[in-house]
Amino acid sequence: MLTLAATETQRARPGPWTLGVTALALVLALPVLVVLGFLLVPAGEVWDHLAATVLQDYVVNSLWLMLGVTVGTLIGGVGTAWLISMCRFPGRGLFEWALLLPMAMPAYIIAYTYTGLLDFAGPVQSALRGWFGWGFGDYWFPEVRSLPGAVVMLSLVLYPYVYLLARAAFLGQSLCVLDVSRTLGNGPWRTFFTVALPLARPAIVAGLSLALMETLADYGTVQYFGVATFTTGIFRTWYGLGNTAAAAQLAALLLGFVFLLILLERLSRRQARYHQTSQRHQAIRRHPLTGWRGLAALGFCLLPLTFGFLVPAGQLAAWALEVAGATLDEAFWRLVGHSLGLAATAAVLALLLALILGYGQRLQPTRAVRTAVRVAGLGYAVPGTVIAVGVIIPFGWLDNRVDAWMRATFDLSTGLLLSGTLAALLFAYLVRFLAVALQTVESGLGKIRPAMDESARALGLSPGAVLGRVHLPMLRGSLFTALLLVFVDVLKELPATLILRPFNFNTLAVRVYELAADERLADAAPAALAIVLAGLAPVILLSRSITRSRHAQPN
Amino acid sequence: MPVARHHLIAAGLLALTALPLPLLAAEVNLYSARSEELIKPLLDRFSQETGIKVNLVTGKEDALLQRLQSEGLNSPADLLITTDVGRLHRAKEAGVTQAVTSARLESAIPPAYRDPTGHWFGLTLRARPIMYVAGKVKPEELSTYEDLAAPKWRGRICIRSSDNVYNQSLVASLIAADGAEATEAWAKGLVANLARPPKGGDRDQILAAAAGQCDLAIANTYYLAGMLNAPEANQREAAARMKVFWPNQEGRGVHVNVSGAALTQGAKNKAEAIQLLEYLSGDQAQTWYAETNGEYPIRPGVPISATLAAWGEFKADGINLTRLGELNGEAVRLMDRAGWK
Amino acid sequence: MRDPANCPEGARLAPENESLGNDFHANQPSPGPRVASGQLVISGVSVAYGGVPIVSGVDLSLVRGDIGCLLGPSGCGKTTLLRAVAGFEPVASGEIHLHGRQVAGPGLNLPPEARRAGMVFQDFALFPHLTVARNVSFGLRHLNRRERQTRVAELLELIGMAGAGDKYPHQLSGGQQQRIALARAMAPRPDILLLDEPFSSMDAELREQLAREVREVLKREGSTAILVTHDQHEAFAMADRIAVMSGGRIHQVGSGFDLYHEPADRFVADFIGQGVMLPGRAVDEWRMDTEIGLLTGCRTHGLYPGARGEILLRPDDILHDDASPLQAEVVNRAFRGAEYLYSLRLASGQVILCLVQSHHNHAIGERIGIRVAVDHLVAFADQTPS
Repeated sequence: MLTLAATETQRARPGPWTLGVTALALVLALPVLVVLGFLLVPAGEVWDHLAATVLQDYVVNSLWLMLGVTVGTLIGGVGTAWLISMCRFPGRGLFEWALLLPMAMPAYIIAYTYTGLLDFAGPVQSALRGWFGWGFGDYWFPEVRSLPGAVVMLSLVLYPYVYLLARAAFLGQSLCVLDVSRTLGNGPWRTFFTVALPLARPAIVAGLSLALMETLADYGTVQYFGVATFTTGIFRTWYGLGNTAAAAQLAALLLGFVFLLILLERLSRRQARYHQTSQRHQAIRRHPLTGWRGLAALGFCLLPLTFGFLVPAGQLAAWALEVAGATLDEAFWRLVGHSLGLAATAAVLALLLALILGYGQRLQPTRAVRTAVRVAGLGYAVPGTVIAVGVIIPFGWLDNRVDAWMRATFDLSTGLLLSGTLAALLFAYLVRFLAVALQTVESGLGKIRPAMDESARALGLSPGAVLGRVHLPMLRGSLFTALLLVFVDVLKELPATLILRPFNFNTLAVRVYELAADERLADAAPAALAIVLAGLAPVILLSRSITRSRHAQPN
Repeated sequence: MPVARHHLIAAGLLALTALPLPLLAAEVNLYSARSEELIKPLLDRFSQETGIKVNLVTGKEDALLQRLQSEGLNSPADLLITTDVGRLHRAKEAGVTQAVTSARLESAIPPAYRDPTGHWFGLTLRARPIMYVAGKVKPEELSTYEDLAAPKWRGRICIRSSDNVYNQSLVASLIAADGAEATEAWAKGLVANLARPPKGGDRDQILAAAAGQCDLAIANTYYLAGMLNAPEANQREAAARMKVFWPNQEGRGVHVNVSGAALTQGAKNKAEAIQLLEYLSGDQAQTWYAETNGEYPIRPGVPISATLAAWGEFKADGINLTRLGELNGEAVRLMDRAGWK
Repeated sequence: MRDPANCPEGARLAPENESLGNDFHANQPSPGPRVASGQLVISGVSVAYGGVPIVSGVDLSLVRGDIGCLLGPSGCGKTTLLRAVAGFEPVASGEIHLHGRQVAGPGLNLPPEARRAGMVFQDFALFPHLTVARNVSFGLRHLNRRERQTRVAELLELIGMAGAGDKYPHQLSGGQQQRIALARAMAPRPDILLLDEPFSSMDAELREQLAREVREVLKREGSTAILVTHDQHEAFAMADRIAVMSGGRIHQVGSGFDLYHEPADRFVADFIGQGVMLPGRAVDEWRMDTEIGLLTGCRTHGLYPGARGEILLRPDDILHDDASPLQAEVVNRAFRGAEYLYSLRLASGQVILCLVQSHHNHAIGERIGIRVAVDHLVAFADQTPS
């Protein structure tokens, strides 16, 4: 009855939550809207040129890249998640958390290391040539710096997103549903494909969409590999052709891709629902895999871990040792401090915002609120540089307006209040990574049945009190996950940091970039390794918290 | 780790109170596309000598330019430093720079390497010659950039992507010399001669050539210098196998670009900024560039490192670099049409 | 006091286990020739989790077309036994035969998909991502499209839900979901249908009605089925034969009538129906001497003359009779609509139960006259420490 009454008043006039959430979402969407605003600026004949020459490459390569990463992350993420959740084999306990480690590895860093290792001039091919006396052209070796290479690199570091969400989904599945399929004549494999997989689909798609958005936003890897995608196209149009409007329009087109993805998923679901009809969760009795099956499972899990983490981390460590003496000075530790401080601040802020947006949406799930929340999360698919431009332009405009007004009114110059400050940088991080926190918080809220809200409200609690006394304690796991995900993402973030940071303020990622851009991979290794190590602790915490949450799951 | 925690807290506090602080002592603010590694030591030395504090943000030139444009007259930046003349030109066109008159700068920097109206000044030269694998190519076989499109080089050349600004300015220089039509035909010929699709940076081209994948590599000289002095053995060995050939010596000379600087339109520390500019064009700084990063001094007569001296003297293209900036966009389109990835 | 010979014919027990036991047989040391005819034969089956026995040495058999029931309190091992039949739990010892084919035994454990055993789960476990029609046709991969459609239509018709094929599970009521789960399990015409507490999530009022409906459907299809439940009313409403389980063992197999009136041991007597144990002493093999008089049954009670024991008194064994000299005090009463269930205290303090038509309204503390009307005596010897 209480909720019914609330719905009625809400229809009469938008409540404070609707207004607040919409306003907040609008502010967060500002950079994206600025970029979209460029659609109205005529870009001249640049489009004719692009269409005649490179646009097709951008589209085709971007599509191949997305397709490849989809396949790669699905096989890697879903396959390992299924084995870890449902089977028992040697090393399972270790893999359960270790499979998340590649998450700590920025895509551009893994690209650098594999290029160093596997390129024609690298140690592997040189050794082969040395052993067999081959020369150039005498043998075939897979080319790292190619479209397939980019697919592999991105898949190796992005599959943990799918793994993370798919594993949670498998652990939450009612075993009865799987048992039914068995009694209806389906073996374990067919059961996996016809029941378990479709039921985990929303979670898998959520993980996949995170991975694909990261793929679309990636610049470092594709640029280094010479793969012309939308993102490199944006930069080329902006830098090379000097046409900001056309570059922004390309970025808007990129957003169109993302919209299309989301739309397709929604359409394909139609009427079907995926939440479990069952309330009963039996303790999982993992299917033991012995003999060659156990070894195969072990090998399957070892593969992404080895190539996504162990090999590149080992290479970085080897390089770092070569130059350790010269780089580990006080300035280096200052970089570590900056990186950690920024990442921690951004993670806390992102969590707060995600909580406000997610909760506002739960309280008043009107179309306006839902749209606003979706728009606020769009930044995730936009390359960091584009976001940064979307931050620079409105902030500079605002600062100059305030300054002009203050001069005119009080004869006092305020200068730039926001531009070139850490506040601007943090804002860009929020725009870029809010989606990560939002998705986690939303799925956590989704698990709390509305009856709990209603009974708490019926017991006299205000909406705020329901959040504090009922939801927050139940959400602890999700909030923690959101916090850690954003932390790791910010730690790795490069382009927006590069453009927006204030004077005399560097981070580890900036350091890696500057040295790597100068093609000094060994010198860049200590900072790269520091990013990986700093990201490691949260990733391990994350993994443990998820394993624990299985036991504390609200039924 | 008390140090780390201290910085964590400091960064958090900064985030909350991140407002520009009032300027107390003499200082100068720099937006630099030169990486920190390749400018900070000079700036520190400048501060020591003059007592002027230098604040630095590094980044990609276009991003810095965008930031400068959005911040307008209120921008805290006094100087913009770029690694390419095209961007200096673009900054001038965008109206974010102002003219400087300084006798010292004008005498230190040859006219070809500075803006005729004083909006920007070149600080170092970056030559982009042809490098060849000793033993596989005889220097007599090489002559000009134009010759690289000849069929005899089929499958023998390594060069990086056309995304790269040095390739863009090289092509711009060819357009200036030979005209757009001839240059497009040349670019097509060059693409046909590539040993592999363009990828990686300049060092990668040198590594690939040394490893046998191609015979010629087009790269800026300071990358080769950096490799010769690199911590990794394989880089040193690869670089040792390469020789530098200065093309077009009979004609206009080898293509050079500059790294340079411009005074911003709203500069608040104008005197200090000019003082820094003059310092960077002085002998001490010029020698440092050559020693540390293998770049050539902006004017002849400054002592250079043994590495650079070993490659010999060369004649540089005398075109006023402003022209290259103007032709940059056209160069990109031309390379797009030629299928240069 | 009545002559046993005068017992009314109707009160005599119907022919017992010995004659009907073919179809659902318990505790037979050897299944003998019945193996061939039994649709399900379980012999000497034990199941254990991590060394702890859950089911020990169970024998059971079921002929084609019959509906059996495993009835017992929670934790008695009934669901585990059912899951062992389905193939989800390996047997530690013993054998299971389905339709004349061995499916489990030492060194043999056919996977569930190879057993042709359909199963309906407590929470139905419908596939939320599939329509009703696709749920029902899920196990019909071996049929072609037309045959599948025909079979689905036939089953939806059978369960009275024709036309609901395009709906999704979340659009159905609990009872409808229940029937879909049943149709889905029946669709491939399994050799046996296993129903694991299928009504436990339903309203109490709906349960018996649904159980009767399901029985109807199963009978029409000629299915052989086993129901697992802790609710005896459900078992009575649905099953032909009921096996009462506790502590991993089967205590007794029979019809509901048998279990109520002829419990084989104290557990069954206590678990099925209501009643109290009244102490007494055997006078001879027909009669027992108790606080409420000398009671005579139609058949021998099984105690040695002179032995001490207890007699099972059901509430309907005690009649209210104002004229009776035997008096008892009302200590509690529960209104049941048509009747009152009175708890009455005898002189010794022993409490017995009595079912009385509800127009006899007596207050607590009142003394009323009662009369005993037992047809046969169900007596258990005192457990002596020997």
